[in-house]
Amino acid sequence: MSSDFAKRDGVRSWGRTSNHSQHVARPRFRDELNGLIGDAEASSRLASGLRRSYGDSCLNSDGALIDMRGLDRLIAFDDRTGTLCAEAGASLSQILAFSAPRGWFLPTTPGTRFVTLGGAVANDVHGKNHHAAGSFGRHIESIGLLRSDGARRILSPTAEPDLFAATIGGLGLTGIIEWAELRLERIASAYLDVETIPYRCLAEFWALAEQSAENFEHTVAWIDCVSRGTKFGRGLFSRANWRADDALDAHDDRTWKSIPCDAPVFLLDRLAIAGFNELYYRKSCARRGLRRQHYASYFYPLDALRGWNRLYGRRGMFQYQCVIPRSEAREAIAILLDEITRSGQASFLAVLKTFGELASPGLLSFPRAGVTLALDFPNRGMDTLRLMSRLDAIVEEARGALYPAKDGRMTGKMFRHSFPRWREFVVHRDPAMSSDFWRRVSS
Amino acid sequence: MTRAGKRIVILGAASAIAEATARIWAREGARFILVGREKSRLDAIADHLRLLGAAQAHPLVLDCATADAGAELAAMLKALGGLDVMLLAYGLLGEPKRLETEPAAAAELMQTNFCSAAAWCLAASAILERQRSGVLLVIGSVAGDRGRRSNFVYGASKGGLARLVEGIAHKLAPVGARAVVVKPGFVDTPMTAGVAKKGLLWADPDTIARVIARAAERGGPTVYAPAFWRWIMLAIRHLPAPVFNKLDI
Ligand SMILES: Cc1cc2nc3c(=O)[nH]c(=O)nc-3n(C[C@H](O)[C@H](O)[C@H](O)COP(=O)(O)OP(=O)(O)OC[C@H]3O[C@@H](n4cnc5c(N)ncnc54)[C@H](O)[C@@H]3O)c2cc1C
Ligand SMILES: NC(=O)c1ccc[n+]([C@@H]2O[C@H](COP(=O)([O-])OP(=O)(O)OC[C@H]3O[C@@H](n4cnc5c(N)ncnc54)[C@H](OP(=O)(O)O)[C@@H]3O)[C@@H](O)[C@H]2O)c1
Repeated sequence: MSSDFAKRDGVRSWGRTSNHSQHVARPRFRDELNGLIGDAEASSRLASGLRRSYGDSCLNSDGALIDMRGLDRLIAFDDRTGTLCAEAGASLSQILAFSAPRGWFLPTTPGTRFVTLGGAVANDVHGKNHHAAGSFGRHIESIGLLRSDGARRILSPTAEPDLFAATIGGLGLTGIIEWAELRLERIASAYLDVETIPYRCLAEFWALAEQSAENFEHTVAWIDCVSRGTKFGRGLFSRANWRADDALDAHDDRTWKSIPCDAPVFLLDRLAIAGFNELYYRKSCARRGLRRQHYASYFYPLDALRGWNRLYGRRGMFQYQCVIPRSEAREAIAILLDEITRSGQASFLAVLKTFGELASPGLLSFPRAGVTLALDFPNRGMDTLRLMSRLDAIVEEARGALYPAKDGRMTGKMFRHSFPRWREFVVHRDPAMSSDFWRRVSS
Repeated sequence: MTRAGKRIVILGAASAIAEATARIWAREGARFILVGREKSRLDAIADHLRLLGAAQAHPLVLDCATADAGAELAAMLKALGGLDVMLLAYGLLGEPKRLETEPAAAAELMQTNFCSAAAWCLAASAILERQRSGVLLVIGSVAGDRGRRSNFVYGASKGGLARLVEGIAHKLAPVGARAVVVKPGFVDTPMTAGVAKKGLLWADPDTIARVIARAAERGGPTVYAPAFWRWIMLAIRHLPAPVFNKLDI
């Protein structure tokens, strides 16, 4: 392997469950990429971003990683249309620091701003406004893609529609995204009016979700995945709209608090987690109602605590995220929740959100009309893996799908079931690109 | 010199540390001439700096090690209409074993890190003296503080450069201009990409950039980056030879 790749330990994804060393190159300029992708005779390559994916889709233990974070420059911005072109390693945090004071926001954003533009495209990420805006890929005007044969392809929904559709949500497997052009959204304030409404059971959640979709741009719910009995299915529904008060202050990354080391095991104790849940629910009930919130605390509450994933201790965590089509959702979500609460393995962080009808542009895009449930499980080994297999069966039965960005263990069968267009995708894969995830689900 | 609209020349503008520093200045509306060897890289950096707020970012392709420093800097001065900051950032690390055994490699490193750098510094010094304002910022290295078996050829080039900048600072002090040598410790950049294990002493380029940007406002003539290296190097410089010789550093 060329000397540009150095063997590194401690290169992990967000869930921190696997710890193989990786060969990593860290380019800073586009002209370096040809050399890195071109000599892939011996082993495969994979571009990686801020490694906020939880499982193994951003790792390539058998081959090598091309860490794109050094290519983080803005290239051009049109302040009449809000079209921003940037190198793929630019983070959403950087983009917002630039655009928010100018009155532009991301068309949609995941729950952390520490993801790269390339990573956001490669997972076709979604946000709290999915029902209004659809997935991230819908707002991509064009993509600069470098293939291992050295060709630089410019993709757009009209120019190379097939490779474009394969690259949106393409998990880095179609080549290196060098840059992308993104349409931003106008905002008249950096603040939102946020309303928090406690619900006592799933039926109340469905009613709130239905009522809110039309008049609220952003909706999401926290759900208690621990309590049973009369508290089963309770949670907090949050809905928000942008304000129009001209206060356009950007966030500040320097105010982070950080978790310097792995948490001790007792924090992950079931009782402790149940206690957190109870406390959080009660506190939020007391603070129900309307509040003005900055976009940083509304969209990115966890970003205030750098390295919070270390709270899950040395063994790390799994995240499980599925989507269930609308027709099956009510029944399947109730069954999933029953299985999860019965296992007693869930943690504090669990999210329920309805996806709208707007079609995702990628062949392997995860978002589709229905309801998505996402939650963390501290890694307790076989117990946790078995629980997730039981959940898989429920999801499969309900014709649902799993989210690769959050996954480090789904079977090939579950992958093909989740992404029925995988055959079309395979045609566009770059033969030099692979990942731990891909080797698992394609074997 | 106002905070906004500083006129800045960066030699080795594609360096990771230099680019991080330029981003800080760009947000304050600086005007740049960005000197380096690769046009496409300078263009990418310049586009970004302009979007961040730079009033001007002009790429200039030159090999700093062989260029005619006096003439080139005079032309840049004319284009900018004055010089508020010159940051000299380019440099080579080299491979210690090769540097010790291949005179041509050592000569190239000396020409790059010291001889050509000295010519640029002297040319800048003359301008700042005439202007009676402005600051020369030079990236040295803690490796220049004491010769060590692990990389003393590189160390010598940076040590020599530090002495030169000290002297220029002394010379400029009476007229109100300044010169500062900034000495980083270990920095995680392409220059040190070969080092796989990066421990607690390692800093990222943004940290060094903040130190350099502060040095553009005040302080000097010697600034360590981050500051704790001052104490580490104080100790290393004062270790008695018998102890020092036992250390494999
Ligand atoms: C706290 C938290 C909250 C989250 N919330 C959400 C959410 O609400 N919605 C959601 O959709 N996701 C969410 N995610 C997941 C996250 O948005 C995705 O995993 C995202 O893709 C991570 O981007 P990254 O830059 O970290 O990429 P990585 O994780 O490093 O890589 C992700 C994929 O992108 C590919 N890739 C990266 N850069 C390039 C490139 N330049 N060229 C080609 N391929 C590339 C990689 O090969 C890999 O397949 C969340 C994650 C965290 C940690
Ligand atoms: N990294 C560290 O640990 C460390 C520690 C102490 C001091 N320093 C010093 O910090 C400075 C910046 O280095 P860095 O860490 O930011 O590494 P870097 O990104 O590799 O930067 C070095 C830069 O010097 C340029 N350069 C070399 N020779 C040149 C020449 N003849 N003409 C024009 N440009 C030339 C290189 O340009 P090309 O791309 O064209 O080669 C490159 O952009 C250097 O002076 C280095 O000695 C670094």
